[in-house]
Amino acid sequence: MDWGSLHSILGGVNKHSTSIGKIWLTVLFIFRIMILVVAAERVWGDEQDDFICNTLQPGCKNVCYDHFFPISHIRLWALQLIFVSTPALLVAMHVAYRRHEKKRQFRKGDQKCEYKDIEEIRKQRFHIEGSLWWTYTSSIFFRLVFEAVFMYVFYFMYDGFQMPRLMKCSAWPCPNTVDCFVSRPTEKTVFTIFMIAVSSICILLNVAELCYLVTKFFLRRSKRAGNPKHHPNHENKEETKQNEMNELISDSCQNTVIGFSS
Amino acid sequence: MNWAGLYAVLSGVNRHSTAIGRIWLSVIFIFRIMVLVVAAESVWGDEKSAFTCNTQQPGCNSVCYDHFFPISHIRLWALQLILVTTPALLVAMHVAYQQHQEKKLLVLTGHADPKHMEEVKKHKMRISGSLWWTYVCSVVFRLLFEAVFMYIFYMLYPGYQMVRLVKCEAYPCPNTVDCFISRPTEKTIFTVFMLVTSSICIVLNLAELVYLVVRACARRGQHNSNPPSGKGSFYGHKLSSEYKQNEINQLLTEQDGSLKDMLRRNPGLQEKGDRCSAC
Repeated sequence: MDWGSLHSILGGVNKHSTSIGKIWLTVLFIFRIMILVVAAERVWGDEQDDFICNTLQPGCKNVCYDHFFPISHIRLWALQLIFVSTPALLVAMHVAYRRHEKKRQFRKGDQKCEYKDIEEIRKQRFHIEGSLWWTYTSSIFFRLVFEAVFMYVFYFMYDGFQMPRLMKCSAWPCPNTVDCFVSRPTEKTVFTIFMIAVSSICILLNVAELCYLVTKFFLRRSKRAGNPKHHPNHENKEETKQNEMNELISDSCQNTVIGFSS
Repeated sequence: MNWAGLYAVLSGVNRHSTAIGRIWLSVIFIFRIMVLVVAAESVWGDEKSAFTCNTQQPGCNSVCYDHFFPISHIRLWALQLILVTTPALLVAMHVAYQQHQEKKLLVLTGHADPKHMEEVKKHKMRISGSLWWTYVCSVVFRLLFEAVFMYIFYMLYPGYQMVRLVKCEAYPCPNTVDCFISRPTEKTIFTVFMLVTSSICIVLNLAELVYLVVRACARRGQHNSNPPSGKGSFYGHKLSSEYKQNEINQLLTEQDGSLKDMLRRNPGLQEKGDRCSAC
């Protein structure tokens, strides 16, 4: 189970996302996960081995390293990426639940769900409406919260985003005050700033997606309120109205007629 | 065979689980196995090489490390995750057995075309009858393994905090020697994280157990108040009642003892009384 498996899990969610959501997923995988695996892990690879303190006192280096780096940047980013990508699974579960309901209706031979076979149900893309909209919006909201929390934790733990070259340590068993030198501080600063920048871009994308969803929701609502019969469809108007009402009430079967929201 | 292989094996079981079971599986794979592989293994990677003792005595370092870390956290978690995920294989085996029986029935009743066979493989099994018992056993075993490992963890490493310094007096260390552990704070953070996810999994398993029991009792209550409707096997619904009776008569007169047993037991082909709580 590694980043590749996460990619295959989340790739499935991609189908039901908005365009902004797809961009966000691409940014996440290419500019954050890939950079983490391919570059950042090498930079931080020798962080403890090459953390040198100006003392022969055994144990001083360990203690000072632990004091200045309670949790390594790499692990923090790994946790952040895991937490930020998992709300998308809420959407995946909701979609799977809807598919399951449709398959059940199809098997019962319900007239409302007009599909040729189960394969079509499996391949169908669901529109982000009704309860799925709420699930999707919640997942974006959680993503935002996790991103913000981790950025704050980062800033709080490392007092800003720059990696200093030298740290003065006086924890026991170090005698008095000891100079300790961090390995590759500039390279680490560069990658830290890069990851923070990409994280901010992801936050902006999430905010944009949230605004887009909310705007779409209000537009759709005002359209429905203004023109209840103005939907292109295959059935007659009375049936359309009845269908819409049924959909709004039960929201269990996304019919092919609704959803042309442009 | 690695974690990805285990994931492939268990994804198949996922289809026949309850919703809580699927959530449990996701939590296991994403918040425990993935965190273990991607983060925790690198934190404990240098646990021995960076374990430093304040002595030049050869052998003291190794002896003290071995004394304080009889089994590394990482290995303990790996064992825990393997043991906790394998009871699901009981369910997989039972489902495979039921599917095999259904296929055999199809062949005997003359419905052995590829389409029906595929459908047997693809349809979701209902958790009722003996499968219910198997499923409940697997959840109980999961709970047991989780609890046992948490206890072992607590016994081996009292308290869940990793200390910075340990004092070692084992031979050949001269007198008492200070030994320093690498990355104790980071290790504490990950230990607490893994414990919290383990507790969440225990809660999910308990919830699943309660859900299964409540569902079984509710079904039993319904079963007692309504006449039995021949639920159970997927193909019980498909065969018409006359056809069913003909088939049953034919098959019962055959020499195949095991199939007779199966038909007698199979609730889909015969009207069944309230034999078990989960029907």
